[in-house]
Amino acid sequence: MMPQTEAELAGLVMDAAGPLLVQGNGTKSAMLRPVQAAQTLSTKAMSGITLYAPNELVMSARAGTPLAEIEEALAAHNQQLVAEPSHLFGAEQTIGGVVGANMSGPRRISGGAMRDHVLGVRLVNGSGEILNFGGRVLKNVTGLDVAKLVTGSFGTLAVMTEITFKVAPRSEATGTLVLPGLDAKAAVKALSAGLGSPFCVSGAAYVPATQTAYLRIEEFAPSVTYRCQALAKQLGGGEVLGTEASLELWRDIRDCKMLPPGDALWRVSVAPSAGPAVLEAVAAQGVSGFLDWGGGLVWLAGPATQEAHDAVCAAARAAHGVWWLMRGPEALRAAVDVLPPESAALAALRRRVQQSFDPRGIFNPLKLQAA
Amino acid sequence: MRQPDPKAEILARRAELVAGLRHILPERAVIEDRISLKPYETDGLSAYRQTPLAVVLPETEAEIVAVMKFCAAHGVRVIPRGAGTSLSGGALPLADAVVVGMMRMNRILDINYADRYAVVQPGVTNIGITNAVADEGFFYAPDPSSQLACMIGGNVGMNSGGAHCLKYGVTANNLLGLRLVTIEGEVLEIGGTHCDAAGYDWLGLITGAEGQLGILTEVTVRILRSPEGARAMLAGFATNEIAGECVDAIISSGIIPVALEFMDRPAIHACEAFAHAGYPLNAEALLIIEVEGSEEEQTAMLGRIREICERFNPVSMRVSETAEESAAIWKGRKGAFGAIGRISPDYLCMDGTIPTSRLPEVLRRIEEMSASYGLQVANIFHAGDGNLHPLIMFDANDPASFARAEAFGADILTLCVEVGGCLTGEHGVGIEKRDLMTKQFTKPELDQMRRIKSAFDPDWLLNPAKVFPL
Repeated sequence: MMPQTEAELAGLVMDAAGPLLVQGNGTKSAMLRPVQAAQTLSTKAMSGITLYAPNELVMSARAGTPLAEIEEALAAHNQQLVAEPSHLFGAEQTIGGVVGANMSGPRRISGGAMRDHVLGVRLVNGSGEILNFGGRVLKNVTGLDVAKLVTGSFGTLAVMTEITFKVAPRSEATGTLVLPGLDAKAAVKALSAGLGSPFCVSGAAYVPATQTAYLRIEEFAPSVTYRCQALAKQLGGGEVLGTEASLELWRDIRDCKMLPPGDALWRVSVAPSAGPAVLEAVAAQGVSGFLDWGGGLVWLAGPATQEAHDAVCAAARAAHGVWWLMRGPEALRAAVDVLPPESAALAALRRRVQQSFDPRGIFNPLKLQAA
Repeated sequence: MRQPDPKAEILARRAELVAGLRHILPERAVIEDRISLKPYETDGLSAYRQTPLAVVLPETEAEIVAVMKFCAAHGVRVIPRGAGTSLSGGALPLADAVVVGMMRMNRILDINYADRYAVVQPGVTNIGITNAVADEGFFYAPDPSSQLACMIGGNVGMNSGGAHCLKYGVTANNLLGLRLVTIEGEVLEIGGTHCDAAGYDWLGLITGAEGQLGILTEVTVRILRSPEGARAMLAGFATNEIAGECVDAIISSGIIPVALEFMDRPAIHACEAFAHAGYPLNAEALLIIEVEGSEEEQTAMLGRIREICERFNPVSMRVSETAEESAAIWKGRKGAFGAIGRISPDYLCMDGTIPTSRLPEVLRRIEEMSASYGLQVANIFHAGDGNLHPLIMFDANDPASFARAEAFGADILTLCVEVGGCLTGEHGVGIEKRDLMTKQFTKPELDQMRRIKSAFDPDWLLNPAKVFPL
């Protein structure tokens, strides 16, 4: 089902006889737990930017608007999405999917996650009610922050129909300090020192395969030069990449181009200093990857086996962090904890909150459920 | 403002309930005599007062769990309270409610510079976090004007902002984790020391929920390295419209200053009389613009901003040359409430947010309302993010004056919603804006929020009669 309007979508939800697979363009359908549903409800026919006020740093778009269209419109005004969502899942992904999955790229470490920039959502709840939460202004604490709750809920609470988000100017220049020849621990130490410097590092990644750490500065041109040099001095040298090379490098990091091949893909979020231990712990299972967010985001690829998955879960747990199975065969995703199980109290609360939106439990059932 | 009737059965059992609280808490944690209860009867919205049934001052999470279980079992309402600086009446008691004060939970539990976070108890003051990490060159970013007094627990409750959130975000953008005790006495661990949490964004939902969902016992905040330096400049303009156009031009140029504050003529005069910061008294509108970086970077950035300002024929422009000058500029702005207090017996501080392009029109309408209500108003505005603080001056000893001030405030907030904004940008709904919620939300929208509240607090015992219209 591909409704053209919000009213049509609300009607379809009201008339739904059973569970619905809620999605945009379906680019992330191999993420987390498989959804058993007789019908698919897609927002991709509800597309288009509905508001763009560059001088107010705000844009609204219907949920089915392709991310590429949004990025193009922003680039025309020399602006961008602060959270820098990954294109790992293809250029066809919709803004609804990006927000529903709370996808954030390298700039999350300094500029915040997608959830930090969602200002408002229009949505249809499980009773078919059309509701509007948040708004189009940058500061808003009026009532419960339902927009944040729905962001990252993977379509399990409501179907978003329109999203309003904060945007930001693109920096005049970008520079990257490249630190070669480091093991993971030394690299994260350097990244931490960079992130703990006064120079507003906006990207901090480490690629074990090449033993190279990268620190990004995005500022006005003279500041990029000054800050890269100051960082190099503080961290003991290193080559500095200019704007063009930096933009390409960080696009690759954003899109996980340095990820080794593997049938399964995981994302692990830990305190930055715990990143190296996660890499080390999963290596024996043939799982490897790279570090972003100063060490705090571990992207991993490897065989789609129970053993590999268990190793990832154990490593994340040992680091007091969390994991998501981002891609994998259906059989594996149906059998394992695709994300950490919650405490009993939190699980009960989640069920009650889900019920408050979707009393019949028809939206993406079990998508966010551990085994 | 109508409040729910106290439960007669609870009032009748007061002695028994206080004895019960004394039984589960240490002696010094329970306050019940009339005089000691006095400081808890109001908060920053001092026009409203109500003595609570009792006050408890727990020192541990276990004590909070015990209080919650006790209150839930007896159907007693619970009012969480930080420093009591809420401007929206968020901590106003009810006659049949127990106030749970956080001031004795004021320890900093952990600081980690490598991973850039601090774990603190909710009774630590906002500035207390920065003070604890300042020696290492770090700070906690959100900076509400009340930061010397207000507590991080209250900041989380209200999702507080501040003058520098244009660059650094509000409270919600600077948290990693928290511990929350529900009314049933369950302890929920939310988030941790990592950036993204799995599952629903409980952290985002609880932040700004105004104590409707539980009581915090621990907060993990992000700490940031301080910039090399910061410097402010002042630019005065002939009209509000021109100052608004200048703000647009700065943002459009790709510059996001760390702070971009706007004051109208009455605010300029009140603050100058108070702080002697050298504000231009001949300007109709004043911008305070702050940038960060090294000395050279500050100079270069302020140079770019000066060039933009000059295009709008400023009546005055001054770049601070020293840290002392910058401090004086901020003293005027951060002392605005005190400054208004010097020229008016009382004031109401409003907190709507508007699309920034509507500023001139909104200020014009506020001026017309000011004339028709016969009450003076001064406007302070976080211009970069559209958060408007009209300060309505009135005399609380004159009930008619207070009624007019409240009606004036409601008209302003209704106007904010009409032009595409919202009722509150950083102070919260509290009791103050509770009955205006229907201006911004439909009944089904409010009902959806009420159902979320019920999922946490089925009997509506937590901070009742706030946020949601009765």
